[in-house]
Amino acid sequence: MSSSGITGFGAYIPRLRIQRSLIADAHAWMAPSLRGAAKGERAFCSWDEDAITMAVEAGRDCLSGIGVESIESVALVSTTLPFADLQNSAVVSSALQLKASTESMDIAGSQRGGTSGLSRALQSEKSCLIIGSERPVAKPASAQELAFGAGAAAITTGSKDVIAGYLAGATVTANFVDHFRAAEEKYNYYWEDRWVRDEAILKLVPKAAASALDQAGISVRELDHLIMPPVQRNAAQAVARKLGFEGKLADELKQNCGYTGAAHPLLMLAGVLEEAGAGEYILLIGFGQGVDAILLRTTEHLAAHQPMRGVKGSLADKLDTCDYLRMLSFYQGIELDWGMRSEKNSKTMLSAQYRTLNQTAGFNAGRCAQCNTIQFPQLQYCVNDGCRAPSEQFENISLVDEPCKVFTFTNDWLSYHPAPPLNVGFIQFDNGARVSMEMVDAGAGGLAVGVPMRIVFRIKEIDWQRCYRRYFWKATPELIKED
Amino acid sequence: MASGIKDKVAILGMGCSQFGERWDKDSPDLMAEAFDEALLDAGVERNQIDAAWYGCCTDSVNVGNSAIPASTALRLDGIPVSRMENMCATGTEALRGATYAVAAGAADIALAIGAEKLKDTGYGGLPPVFKGNFNELWLPLGSAPAGFAQLAHGYEHKHGVSREDIKQAMAHISWKSHQNGTLSPKAHLRKAVSMETILNAPMISDPIGLFDCCGVSDGAACAIVTTPEIARSLGKSDLVSIKALQLSISSGMESTTNSWDGSHVRNTRIAARRAYREAGIDKPREELSLIEVHDCFSITELVTMEDLFLSEEGQATRDVMDGFYDRDGGVPCQTDGGLKCFGHPIGASGLRMAYEIYSQLLDRAGERQLDSPSIGLAHNLGGVPYLSISAISILGLM
Repeated sequence: MSSSGITGFGAYIPRLRIQRSLIADAHAWMAPSLRGAAKGERAFCSWDEDAITMAVEAGRDCLSGIGVESIESVALVSTTLPFADLQNSAVVSSALQLKASTESMDIAGSQRGGTSGLSRALQSEKSCLIIGSERPVAKPASAQELAFGAGAAAITTGSKDVIAGYLAGATVTANFVDHFRAAEEKYNYYWEDRWVRDEAILKLVPKAAASALDQAGISVRELDHLIMPPVQRNAAQAVARKLGFEGKLADELKQNCGYTGAAHPLLMLAGVLEEAGAGEYILLIGFGQGVDAILLRTTEHLAAHQPMRGVKGSLADKLDTCDYLRMLSFYQGIELDWGMRSEKNSKTMLSAQYRTLNQTAGFNAGRCAQCNTIQFPQLQYCVNDGCRAPSEQFENISLVDEPCKVFTFTNDWLSYHPAPPLNVGFIQFDNGARVSMEMVDAGAGGLAVGVPMRIVFRIKEIDWQRCYRRYFWKATPELIKED
Repeated sequence: MASGIKDKVAILGMGCSQFGERWDKDSPDLMAEAFDEALLDAGVERNQIDAAWYGCCTDSVNVGNSAIPASTALRLDGIPVSRMENMCATGTEALRGATYAVAAGAADIALAIGAEKLKDTGYGGLPPVFKGNFNELWLPLGSAPAGFAQLAHGYEHKHGVSREDIKQAMAHISWKSHQNGTLSPKAHLRKAVSMETILNAPMISDPIGLFDCCGVSDGAACAIVTTPEIARSLGKSDLVSIKALQLSISSGMESTTNSWDGSHVRNTRIAARRAYREAGIDKPREELSLIEVHDCFSITELVTMEDLFLSEEGQATRDVMDGFYDRDGGVPCQTDGGLKCFGHPIGASGLRMAYEIYSQLLDRAGERQLDSPSIGLAHNLGGVPYLSISAISILGLM
């Protein structure tokens, strides 16, 4: 048994939700059978959220009580990374303001990536941050369109203040093609569920699970939690029966989030860690071209290392939507007429982006050494007209976690915006900084002068001509008003 | 303070094209239309012009960079021609360049011309503006109305005015300008519009509705300036001189720190104080015969009445609703229809405002002529309230 284990966790689920029945109703003319599976609601990404932005939010949630200093390695796991050749985890690392010496790595290509990445981290000597983040895209009217959600989970590993110790791990690799998506394709292609259940889920999962349990000398009856991601309906129940597991099946997050691919085992693990007590055994399964099984046991440190938001907080922090076409548009499932204003050239000047990363990725305002005025952007001289000290003397003050409120805003119906109206206005930070910002996920009537806001990492603009996207920080209401 | 520009420069002649959707005219045509009128009015030939300033704001439509398009359009052979660009204050900037050249003795006769061809974009409204390599990375998207709409929150909060009262005052501002537009033959929009239509118009950027927005137009306006002495030597007797020309630009304070209350345009106040001092005006509300202000949106006109120290702070809505700024009110505002109805070809607007004041002062305003005006103020505002270019010119009879 290793002394390493999980030291922290965090989660993020997009605020936008839609009732599955609304999706099924839209397709009822050609696929009435969808209504049978149209229970509960699913999460979906706004136009400006992707695997990178969700990873940053989950990472922030995880690191809120840990800090970035100890992190020596970061891995981003996803099958829906926005960039094929540009290290996505480097974008996440710069937004999280991890040290430049932190290793970074993308893990892609399989829904088993979340557990494979975690397994490597748990066996590493380093303090690792592993983030699973997924924005799965399903063909309209497919079963997956109902089953999928979106979200991210972040886990830190190390050997200090371990909240869940690593007991054992096992892997079975198999070229089992339950589904696939070719590199340039938009949607997955699936084989029959019953074959997947009989030949893979019920044969490979027990094999990996037994191996992990044997290594640790633990019997299945001692297990408290089984985390089996819902790769198909009732997969967890079938596995539990086969294993003879009688403990608690982890919440699949089906009712209010949906399946999040490579992120899902980690998201479910985060959910379990919010509920579990000390000394409980957890068996975590990852599935895709084989199986990973990871055996963990919670410690007495667990209660003191809960995230700010976690899964529970993310599920509660929601904004109900009722337009299926909105979701379809955000996922490029329908091409709408956005008018000539959308023809704007959105080319990013990469050299300008690099030299300003301190401000744009870190959202670092400058505190003037002479007059203490905190200001964003940091320009050449202090903005205070009684001071004008040069910016070489500024100290970086990140605005990312600084409390802030709406100072002014408007709902702009004229500008091109993929989620109209564009909410834009001034955010007044408690430390004195004031920044003109985009405001997102407010819902109808969700904004008012003085409303407390929080800062979130989002896509600033997508350049569809060159397929580049740039990121920046936006503001969102701290709390969503109940209807 | 420097001795200022007061009465050092006189207007020799002015011209203004028909504003509107000039589908059959390009920018050089519009420039020529204004230029021909100004030459005729001035009684000089083009080869008597020593230097010229050409203002145009937008590069994405219109004629492109530099002063060459103006120089070739007007055949200004060999003389210095400069292109001015300072967003919506561009027209006043062109006038400032020409005026200062004459005052400095660098030119005897100088030309200021502004032109914009906005109706070649293919859609209504202004084309988006490139904000700069760094700013594009962080500044949010947002239309021009979105920048000005935010004044409403600041104003409501500071003065305890309700949204309903602000909307009523905004609507009255547009209603009044439409009334004035009916008497303004060169205006883009010359139809009266009811308060009900204005109040029920589609929302553009809350609380700015469609009728709270100025016209987006094609047009050109032009001034030929010289010294009062030369003007008299050329046979001019009723002289309109420049009493003040002031410009104030944000340094980022309003948008970066918490020192601005969001209810006003700080630079307009700075420029106004300086302009009144330069012109020797102590009581603008009593002394000014008329004003042309930058009513890009009705909310802008509302707060401008306080920023120009015409209405007491928090009293602009009451003054507006009382008709103080109507054509028959205490200080008539936008007698030609303003940006709202005369139209807003950006580079031309500052000069168009000066043209209306000049016309009124010389008793040439036709049906909309005021009774014996002696001094008028033009206010031209570029940018957004929190990052602004405020330009004020005061013109009066000598």
